[in-house]
This record gives sequence, C-alpha cells and structure tokens, in this order.
Amino acid sequence: MADEKSNAEAYWKANVRLITGCLIVWALVSYGCAILLRPLLSSIPVGGTDLGFWFAQQGSILTFIGLIFFYAWKMNRLDKQYGLEE
Amino acid sequence: MSQFAINILFVGASFAIYIGIAIWAKAGSTKDFYVAGGGVHPITNGMAIGADWMSAASFISMAGLIAAGGYANSTFLMGWTGGYVLLALLLAPYLRKFGKFTVPEFIGDRFYSRTARMVAVVCLIVASLTYVIGQMAGAGVAFSRFLEVDATTGLIIAAVVVFFYSVLGGMKGITYTQVAQYIVLIIAYTIPAVFISLELTGNPLPPLGLFSEHSASGEPLLSKLNEVVSALGFDAYTAMVDNKLNMVLFTLSLMIGTAGLPHVIMRFFTVPKVADARWSAGWALVFIGLLYLTAPAVASMARLNLMTTIYPDMAGQVENYDAAAANPIAYENRPEWIRTWEETGLITFDDKNSDGDIQFYNDSTDFSDRGWSGNELTVNNDILVLANPEIANLPSWVIGLIAAGGLAAALSTAAGLLLAISSAISHDLIKGAINPGITERGELRAARISMSIAIVVATYLGANPPGFAAQVVALAFGIAAASLFPVLMMGIFSKRVNNKGAIAGMLSGLTFTLVYIFIYKGWFFIPGTNNLADTPENWVLGISPLSIGAVGAIVNFAVAYLVSKSSEEPPREIQELVESVRYPKGAGGAVSH
Repeated sequence: MADEKSNAEAYWKANVRLITGCLIVWALVSYGCAILLRPLLSSIPVGGTDLGFWFAQQGSILTFIGLIFFYAWKMNRLDKQYGLEE
Repeated sequence: MSQFAINILFVGASFAIYIGIAIWAKAGSTKDFYVAGGGVHPITNGMAIGADWMSAASFISMAGLIAAGGYANSTFLMGWTGGYVLLALLLAPYLRKFGKFTVPEFIGDRFYSRTARMVAVVCLIVASLTYVIGQMAGAGVAFSRFLEVDATTGLIIAAVVVFFYSVLGGMKGITYTQVAQYIVLIIAYTIPAVFISLELTGNPLPPLGLFSEHSASGEPLLSKLNEVVSALGFDAYTAMVDNKLNMVLFTLSLMIGTAGLPHVIMRFFTVPKVADARWSAGWALVFIGLLYLTAPAVASMARLNLMTTIYPDMAGQVENYDAAAANPIAYENRPEWIRTWEETGLITFDDKNSDGDIQFYNDSTDFSDRGWSGNELTVNNDILVLANPEIANLPSWVIGLIAAGGLAAALSTAAGLLLAISSAISHDLIKGAINPGITERGELRAARISMSIAIVVATYLGANPPGFAAQVVALAFGIAAASLFPVLMMGIFSKRVNNKGAIAGMLSGLTFTLVYIFIYKGWFFIPGTNNLADTPENWVLGISPLSIGAVGAIVNFAVAYLVSKSSEEPPREIQELVESVRYPKGAGGAVSH
C-alpha cells in the first residue's frame, strides 16, 4: 500500500515536471519570441521580415503541435513505467 | 451552369451528406447523446474537434482581421491554437478520467457543491449562447450572399439542418457530421489559397509562399506588402506593436478562454481512454493548424491583391510609389466582384473628391498634396475570404466550394455549442437538481427538447442579433477564461481548494471581468451607459477590455486559493477523487451516476 502510494506520487511529480517544462517552451515561443523578445530577434531575417514575425504567424503554432505530441508520447511512457496505464 | 446553380449544387450536396450521417448515427441512449457512446477514435475526434472549434470567425473573419492588422493581429493565431496545449496538458486527460458527461458535473462533484455546479451551468450557458449567435448570423450571411435568399430564410434553413442531425443524433450525430464538415471546410479554405499562392509567388504551399519572393516585383512578398501599404499611409504590415503588455494579455485571454470553453472540453469525453484524450488534442491541433497556417498567407496575399487591384501600377517593380498612387482605377472600371459585394453593403464607395477614381488609403495620414480628400472605399474585413476566389479570378466551382465551407464552419460550431447548452440543461439542471430520479428515457427526451429550444432561441437571436453582436465573442472568451478554466485546473492540480474557494473564485473572476468590460463597452452592452470611453488612453495600464479575461483568471486563482487556505480542507473522499483523476489506471467508459 505504502509502495503503491509512493509510486503514484512519483508518477504525479514526474508528470508535473514534464508539464512545467512543456509550458516553459509554450510561453517562450509565443510570449517570448513572438512578442516580448521580437526586438531582440529583429536582426535575424526571414523571408522579407524577421524571426519574431515568423514565430508569431507560424513558428508558435508548429511548436504547439510538436509539444502536444511530445507530451502524449512521454506520458504514455510514464504510464507504462509506473504501471499506471489503462 | 450559372454561379447560382453551382452554389446550390455544392451546398445542397454537403447538406445531403450531413443528413445522411444523421440518419445513420441516431442516438439510442444518453451515453450516445452526450458522449457518442464513448468509443470515438482519437484521429476522428481530432477532426471533429477541428470542425467544432473552427467557427465562422475562424473561417470567414480571421484572415480579414490579420490582413487588416498585420503582425498585431497574430494574437488570434497564437491565442486560438495555444489553448490546445493547455487543454492537452492541464485538463483533457484528467476530465476524461473523471468520466462524466458534462463540465459542470465535474465542478459540482469535485467541489461537493450544487451551488458550484449551478454557477458553472450559468457561465456555460452565457458563454455558449453568446457564441452561437455569431455562428447563426454567419450562416445567414453566407446564405444571403451565395444562395440569394434573405438572411432570415437562410438562417431557418440552417436551423432545420442542424436540428435534424443534432436532435436526432446528439453527440453521436454531431461527431460524424463534424468530421464531414471538417473535410468540406478545409478543402474549401486551402484550394483558393493554393491558387493565390501560386499566382503571387509560384509556390503551391501558402505557408511557404508567405515567406517567398513576390513574382511580379522580385522582392520578398512581405517587404513588397510593407512598401505598398506604407505608401498609402497604413502601418507597415510587419510593424512592431508598442503595447506589449496588452498583446500578451490578449493572447493569454484567448488561450485560457479556448481551454475553458465547454463545447471543446466535452469532445474529449468521447474517446475510449485517457491516452486517447492526449492524442486527440494533438490531432485536433494538426487539423486546426492546417487552416491556421494557411490563414496568415491568405491574409497577406489577399491584402496585396486588393491594393494592386485598386492601384494597378503598384503590382510590379515600382520606382516611385507616389506616381503609382496617383493612378488608381476609375470607379467605372471596377472589377465585377466589387460590384457584387457593393450590393451586400459590405463594400461601399463615396467619391469624396469627385474625380471618378477610387482613392483607397488610410486617411488619418494627410494626402491633400495628392489631391485626395479622404478614403473613398470601405471594405468589410469579413468579405476577404469569401471574395478571395473572385479577386483572384478563380473558376466558379471554387466559389461554390467556399459557400459550402463557410456554412460547414458555422454549422459545426453551432451544433457543438447547442449540445453543450442542452446537456447542461438536461443533465446538470434537470437530472442534477430538479428531478434526480428521472429515467434514462426521460433524460434523453429532456435532452432532445432542450436542444430544440436552444436551436429556436439561437435562430431567433441570430436573425435579430442584439446590438452587441461584435462584442459577444470577446465576452464568451472572457467568461470561459475568468470563470471555468481556473476552477477546472485547480480541481485537478490542488487537493486543498475547497467548495468555498471555488465558488468565491468563479464569482470574483467573473464579476471582475464583466465589470471591466461593462465600464468601457456599456453596462450589459447598452450603448451610452459606459463610464469611460473605450480608447487606449482610458484603459488601466493600457489593458483593453478584450484582454481582461486573463487578469480575471488570475483574480479567480488568487481568491480561490486565499479563501480555501482560510477555511477547512476538503473531505477525505474528495481528496481521493482528485487522486483517482490523476492516474489513468481504471478509467473505464464515461458513466452516469
């Protein structure tokens, strides 16, 4: 029982860590690269404009898709590792 | 075949498919009606979420907004997609594990409070109903433009079709029609975009075309567009935005609002397993991304096309933009599509300097040295996608496709919203509060009756939109962001937040958001009752009323936390419920009890 409980707690901790990491990337591409850091990235040219504009109109969406699939794949592995899969 | 006949053919064929699916997917139980039996494949569900999510606003209005605002309106692109990351990581898998039918039901059980459940029902109905008005009105516009019936008749036709598959099939009928509607709308959206991208840049993929060379001028497309719009007094298309705080908060409001909208969350209850809920969020964003990566390309290319239609001398390599600006087309020689749209009132022309030419520019810049006495052409943003095939001279079947696509986008979202409303009424209000002893058959009948009433109300409001129609989408997102998302997230990630905290949090987040919106937009949107003019100088810290939902969410989190801290812990069984939601093992199907 105690083992099962600490196993579940470790699973949840690993999940929260993974979520935190993914959300840092999520915020970094959208609020960071596309908005707040755009002036810093303005020297990097992309097709007639700058990298910040690319992140605002394409880069962040592509990153979001990648993040969700990465999270789903990682969580499937965690589910199995901790014996909590359905 | 005439354009009218082609439009009828495309729209009629798509409607016949939806009705066929409705007959095939009739709901036999409440489980069919609320969660499509719980056995939907994650890719199928992803596609259905795509159609559920992409409304008339995404299909018709978004590219127009981006075309008009350029970089500044990238907020819509990031906001309406970034919310899916929050859904996939913070809500969908756990709510699926919880395994009930509706969003208020989770809030009621987790916070062991019927009051909390009822507050959630009210938030859900207000957010969904305001949202559905826009869909019905959008369907009305598409009908009146393409099928030459008046908007009210068009609306009633649309309502009958929605009625047929949603009342008969519930979530089951809606799921499979949404899959068909997704296919119709994505084809309709991308085909004209591919043609236009080829024409302007030679690149068949619009998202790549956006960052390619503009064939006629040999410059990058976006630099060319910047030069053209700057020559006419507009802000450069890719210009920086000064008010970054507001841009961040607006994007955040859209993201949190997206994640908190019940009609989207409900779709995750239809998959068999927790892992499937995660995968279907990813697939949903792939399908949504196809349109959202095409939209900014459509926006910039259509804007350039529009400008060079009025100022043909700006189309190629330009030595002197002043000279090119001096030679617009004459009103007499305007292209056919301008004539068609003038009839709808969405394009208007007023020859202010009586020279017979069209001067189309930003008249907050003074161009009297060019002999201009004001902007003469007003183009409604919403026509951009609908008129796109005509602007680019595409064959007439593409126009028929656009008509069917616009209707698919409006109807699929309307059906999802109506289901959220009707299940909140039949499951949360009737079964949960008024008549808990209701039989399965009785509840199914109640669900169908409340769906029918919701359709009638939505159709009426769509035909007679309240004066605040333009504000309602912002309101829906504000409410979802400030009331529903925070309590859902805290219900999963905190064992400490209790009933008092959740109720106080929802009410304070909601009140804060509504009051801030009403101060600038008028109390209950009644014109003239606003306390302050809705201009950036009056906004607190430069935060627009449209961006306030994110701050409302923070208020909700803070109040819920503080109130919970100062009152007792939730009972043991609730803490166990939170535990069980966190682990995928032992999910089982969605059950009612």
